[in-house]
Amino acid sequence: MINNSLIQLKPNEKAIIGEIVNCGSARKRLYELGLNKGAKVTMVKNDIGPVILNLYGHKLALGRGLASKIIVG
Amino acid sequence: MNTIALVGNPNSGKTTLFNALTGSNQHVGNWPGVTVEKKEGKVTHNDTEFNIVDLPGTYSLGAYSEDEVVARDFILKDNPDVVINVVDATNLERGMYLTTQLLEMGTKIILVLNMMDEAKAKNIEIDIKKLSKNLGVPVVATVASKRKGLDMLLEESISYINKEANQRSIKSYGDYMDKEILHIENILEGSNFDYPKKWLAIKLLEGDMDVLNYIEKNVQKDNFERIKNITGKSQDFELEIVDKRYEFVGEIISSSVVKPEVEKVTLTDKVDKIITNKFLGLPIFAIIMFFIFQITFVIGSDLLGGYVATAIEMFGEFVLNLLEGLNAPELLTSFLVEGIIGGVGAVFEFIPLIVVLYFFLGILEDTGYMARAAYIMDGIMRALGLHGKTFISMIVGFGCNVPGVMAARTLENKKDRMIAILINPFMSCGARLPIYLVFIAAFFPDNGGVVLFTLYVLGIITALILGKIFSKTLFKGESSYFIMELPPYRLPSFRVVIRDMWDKVWDFIHRAGTIIFVVISLLWVLSILPLGVEPYSQESILGRIGTFLAPIFVPAGFGTWQATVSLFAGIAAKEAVVAILGMVYAGVSEGSQLTLALQSVFTPLTAISFMVMTLFYTPCAAVLATVKSETGSSKWAIFIALYPFVLGWIASVIIYQVGTLLGF
Ligand SMILES: Nc1nc2c(ncn2[C@@H]2O[C@H](COP(=O)(O)OP(=O)(O)OP(=O)(O)O)[C@@H](O)[C@H]2O)c(=O)[nH]1
Ligand SMILES: [Mg+2]
Repeated sequence: MINNSLIQLKPNEKAIIGEIVNCGSARKRLYELGLNKGAKVTMVKNDIGPVILNLYGHKLALGRGLASKIIVG
Repeated sequence: MNTIALVGNPNSGKTTLFNALTGSNQHVGNWPGVTVEKKEGKVTHNDTEFNIVDLPGTYSLGAYSEDEVVARDFILKDNPDVVINVVDATNLERGMYLTTQLLEMGTKIILVLNMMDEAKAKNIEIDIKKLSKNLGVPVVATVASKRKGLDMLLEESISYINKEANQRSIKSYGDYMDKEILHIENILEGSNFDYPKKWLAIKLLEGDMDVLNYIEKNVQKDNFERIKNITGKSQDFELEIVDKRYEFVGEIISSSVVKPEVEKVTLTDKVDKIITNKFLGLPIFAIIMFFIFQITFVIGSDLLGGYVATAIEMFGEFVLNLLEGLNAPELLTSFLVEGIIGGVGAVFEFIPLIVVLYFFLGILEDTGYMARAAYIMDGIMRALGLHGKTFISMIVGFGCNVPGVMAARTLENKKDRMIAILINPFMSCGARLPIYLVFIAAFFPDNGGVVLFTLYVLGIITALILGKIFSKTLFKGESSYFIMELPPYRLPSFRVVIRDMWDKVWDFIHRAGTIIFVVISLLWVLSILPLGVEPYSQESILGRIGTFLAPIFVPAGFGTWQATVSLFAGIAAKEAVVAILGMVYAGVSEGSQLTLALQSVFTPLTAISFMVMTLFYTPCAAVLATVKSETGSSKWAIFIALYPFVLGWIASVIIYQVGTLLGF
């Protein structure tokens, strides 16, 4: 398991997006949504169900499986 | 005529702008993925006529789901004269990623910064002149929902169409990438393409499958191999290109947009804390739905429904007296009073209900709750092997299953999409509502809201269970990942809600006046033939057909020829069920009181069994046709015509048999 992925962030924690690994065509979709390398995000909700991120002041919900494949720095 | 296409991210306000410009009435909602097919309209400004095309929202030109393919194909193949690129002004960072791609392609664009009211509220300052200068394209600020900036936009369009464009684009993708781009461009040299060669080269390096297929068809085999050797060299080309695009966007924005450092905690944040809460989310959702049905019932049926019913009854008596006074032929009187007023009129009684239900569903859509519903349901959906977004297509299906089936286009993966299509008909549509209501009025007048809610929930649960079965049998494999924007909550605009509601109500009325009218007229003829028999009796042709088929439904408790005929007529359009019952029972009791007639032939148990059958059985012809066109195969249309029928039959037989055993 990747131990510095989005899924480890606590609510209100900020992070910078790094690599996105092993998720096929979803990677490109994430890039297009602004989750490219270097993007700044804030975790909004991370308990059950998809995580909710704040990206440029907008909310983005990502499935937990996917969130665990996004490495943050 | 000049063609203008509206292109932009989902939920950026394209359709709102389209409606405002063309005076159309296309569906608007505060969630991504409302529009799934292209729509056209016209507008004339200063003697120039434009053909305006509204497209589904898309995040990029690399298509991902079916609705995005529609947008992409239009931009690439239909060559609009100018593209109006609609961007949410509060989210330029992301919206302009698509802009960058349009610029790469050399498309002539006008940048529209929509939602300027929200940008202002967030204290985002945008220097429009500078932005325009940086990009080399006209930039217009709009508030589409308040019709602000429209004239300016049209004027820019007129002048830009006839002007030479001098748009900026990304100059360099880095030395290494530039070399590879040039390399591919050289290989492409000598052949003719519909697209700029540099753009093709970039798309190839980006790994765009459609462009790859296009190139394969249009270049010689050895050249194609050479290109594939280059693009196959690294996985990181895609990343490099994406980075360059964001760099370009960042550069443009940094000198023209100022965003406040610290973001305010918005109302959306506060509301979401409760609405998406892990314990409260689902109960709140259930309560909202329950109240919608309860209120629909109370206002639509108890409060208003009675007036319409009385009005129709009075009208019927008026016509009857009039015709009798005129000594009109008996057949004409029977056709008009029993067939048309008794039958088609029975459908009209439910207009108040439809109005109220659609009003509330409209509010649900426009506030931004839809996306949250999908979010909240994702857990359950995932456990069943379904995608959370399927739930949106399900809620859309409450209105009508045709848009419900089409809404499945937003699901990227084939498996998710097919399942969403196949389970949608179990979402009880507005046309089935009248059936429940006459039976509720006849047998459960005190618990209308509860019965209605239970039926809808039964539909949802059945859809979910079937989804699970399909994902284990017909369509194996993983669901795609859940990725969804949660738009800010917005105060529903009264105009939008009323307009969307009116659109659906009008559709309902229109269907009553067309397809239902035709079905009723045909069956009326069958019900009085052969001449000389008692009309609407078992001896009529209709009666005999019904009697022949009725044994199918004897085990379910409603094996009368009347019920049988109404069910089969309902396959043409579900409203026909009530219309037929209204017609054949119009003569049974005093006046046209359908409920009284039903009380004498159904029992509470058979009423339930019949309602469950109508909830489940074969969707109407329009849905079957949509399933055929959306799946591209008659096989699935036949499948969806048959299995719900069998399922409905089994369910109603069980209800009736078990209920009888228990002594109901
Ligand atoms: N505040 C504000 N809201 C707007 C504006 N324009 C549109 N909206 C709202 O934004 C939401 C989305 O509008 P649509 O027109 O459906 O967006 P769309 O781009 O067609 O969306 P898709 O069809 O999903 O791609 C609706 O709730 C509109 O009422 C605007 O200028 N200001
Ligand atoms: Mg739209």
